[in-house]
Amino acid sequence: MIQLQDVSKWYGDFQVLDTCSTAVSKGEVVVVCGPSGSGKSTLIKCVNGLEPFQKGDITVDDVSVGDKATDLPKLRSRIGMVFQNFELFPHITVAENIKLAQLKVLNRNEAEAGQKAMQLLERVELADQADKFPAQLSGGQQQRVAIARALAMDPIAMLFDEPTSALDPEMINEVLDVMVELASDGMTMMVVTHEMGFARRVANRVIFMDEGRIEEDCSKDEFFDSQRGDRAQTFLSKILHH
Amino acid sequence: MFNNFDGKVVLDNLHFLIEGMQTTLLLTVVAIIGGLLLGTLLALARLSPFKTLSFVAGTYVNFFRSMPLILVIFWFYFLVPHILGRPVGGFYSVLVAFVLFEAAYYCEIMRAGIQSVRQGQIYAGQALGLTYQQNMRYVVLPQAFRNMIPILMTQAIILFQDTSLVYVVGIKDFLVSADLVANRENRILEMFTTVAIVYFVICLSGSLFIRRLQEKFNL
Repeated sequence: MIQLQDVSKWYGDFQVLDTCSTAVSKGEVVVVCGPSGSGKSTLIKCVNGLEPFQKGDITVDDVSVGDKATDLPKLRSRIGMVFQNFELFPHITVAENIKLAQLKVLNRNEAEAGQKAMQLLERVELADQADKFPAQLSGGQQQRVAIARALAMDPIAMLFDEPTSALDPEMINEVLDVMVELASDGMTMMVVTHEMGFARRVANRVIFMDEGRIEEDCSKDEFFDSQRGDRAQTFLSKILHH
Repeated sequence: MFNNFDGKVVLDNLHFLIEGMQTTLLLTVVAIIGGLLLGTLLALARLSPFKTLSFVAGTYVNFFRSMPLILVIFWFYFLVPHILGRPVGGFYSVLVAFVLFEAAYYCEIMRAGIQSVRQGQIYAGQALGLTYQQNMRYVVLPQAFRNMIPILMTQAIILFQDTSLVYVVGIKDFLVSADLVANRENRILEMFTTVAIVYFVICLSGSLFIRRLQEKFNL
């Protein structure tokens, strides 16, 4: 469903992505990890074209992201994305956050969009918060709303960019639970995260990145069990023992 | 000097003074609305990835910000009838001058406002499939306006005071009306004291209102 072919990206002279290739098939959950500055967030933002890249190509459902002729807004509307800092729109209510793109992009009517919003809010157990503003919610609640907002577009795949990194520890699980449930429903997911517990539970594959390169790309079992490269080993031992 | 201070002259000419104030307020309101609309468009142009568009808008802003307002008023007073080939009346030429002049300042305020919206918000709108225009309209500009309310209103107060410069082309605003009464009735002290008090009260109320707004909405 998602294919990356030799993707390279530079900020000026600095190369942030170096010939990255991988693929995510339908229903697969792929976790991307690596030290900070390794390019994993940049990589996932390239998948829906939020970040441009200079070389290689990415296709989602056989539509090229790099092709200038591609209708990017249309393609993005089919790919859900969840951000580290939630990025709910602060000036409108929770329900309006979930309705906005349904109304303006999918041209659903108010009743349809409202119904979908309530249905998804119930799914993330926040139906009672519909009329509040994002700032009145906890971080964990905001991130669940952000997931609901993405799901309202009936996406063919979901991208998660460090969805729990900005959360207090006690709120991490409520967000991960929603993600686990989503994975078990068969959603295609690409998840940048340091949550190795999540990776163990639901990932099919794990990608390890360092200095803009994909250093490891293997099944979950291989990743956690077998001998890995030194850097992946060091990284894992650092994040698993603290 | 204050021995024969006669406040009655104000009451006697109240109607005339109110008409002047109406001109002042009309000029202020139209200049704010027109300046804000044009200024927002200029800000979008300045931030546009199209280099030509951004250059033109940037030049416009730098040009008007380098000109004294009084010169712009003069200039348009003589220029507008010349361009249109017919007299338009001082009021309209002054209106055009104010809108164009204010737009340059509102542009910079709006530009700062738009840039104050976090990149993540723009990403979020894009990721949902909003087009550039939709993202601006539903996500970025509402937040930019909210962040900019105090500065926009401060600019409005400055503009309200600046409208008094129209005296140079003889528009009968509040100050000019008071000046006419002062000379006609030989009550200069009374009239200018009144004018000062009125400007002071209106501008101070405006400032206090902005402060309350800031406290209430945590701006």
